[in-house]
Amino acid sequence: MHIPDGFLDLQTSVAAGAISAGAVVYASYALRRRVDPEKIPVMGVAGAFVFAAQMINFPVVGGTSGHLVGAALVAILLGPWAAVLVMTAVLVIQCFVFQDGGVLALGANVLNMGLVGVLLGYATYASVGKISRRVSVRYVASFLAAWVAVMAGAFLCSWELIISGTAAPQVVLPAMLGVHALIGVGEGVITVAALALVSRSRPDIWPALEPAEVAQQK
Amino acid sequence: MKWWHWALVVCLVVAAILSPFASPWPDGLERVAERLGFAARAEGPATVSAPIPDYVFPGIASEGLATAIAGLIGALLVFALLYGLGKALAHSDKSA
Repeated sequence: MHIPDGFLDLQTSVAAGAISAGAVVYASYALRRRVDPEKIPVMGVAGAFVFAAQMINFPVVGGTSGHLVGAALVAILLGPWAAVLVMTAVLVIQCFVFQDGGVLALGANVLNMGLVGVLLGYATYASVGKISRRVSVRYVASFLAAWVAVMAGAFLCSWELIISGTAAPQVVLPAMLGVHALIGVGEGVITVAALALVSRSRPDIWPALEPAEVAQQK
Repeated sequence: MKWWHWALVVCLVVAAILSPFASPWPDGLERVAERLGFAARAEGPATVSAPIPDYVFPGIASEGLATAIAGLIGALLVFALLYGLGKALAHSDKSA
């Protein structure tokens, strides 16, 4: 879903860039007060995983592929503000080193995949997770969070194209949301699988069981 | 080895070994851009030229190997950037 340069007009790029820059500054400020030194390498690993997973496009339907975005996954593991920084770092490296996503469109890409995906994904996970603390419920919440994050990104991306005059709403919205509803299922499956892996090796990170439960598992 | 050493190695293996097998089909946005006829707007020279465009390390005959090296470099760069940022944020906590 990386927008290349040429799809967005200058006003849309600048507006999206301003929102994203503000969010990154806020995220840094929020974490400055309580960054757990133990979590620093975990942030790095999360970023490396998202980068690697985003390279691996999976076929979806009719000659179209998709890949993990990872915004919901990282938000669930590290919280929303660390996730904003992780996703931004991935998008910055992709943009400047690999020419994946335009330089002028970087703010929009951070907004779509880094910020809105993280915040809405996290909100979905938190609200569905309130139903019960059971691990099975958290997996369902994670799947839904991943799907919602992808759809929110596709929705926003569509509107950026519409505002820029690149595409008409009645064609771009159903096209983008239709294909990303399927890509979102892949996102959900990979997110749940990655969380299952983390829960096996590091239950203190996720599902962050009570200490007594962790002791019982050993 | 600590947990995150293993986890980083797994990520590097994914980036290097699985990336050459990725689906070459266009992604959701690229596909929509082709169908709705605005894909051509992205053509032309890049705003800023990147050292490893399109995840293919230049000067390597085998495209699979070029992609694997690109994946390895990218995953390490993202890790290093976030590790440095995390350290900087933790440090700013002490000095504050």
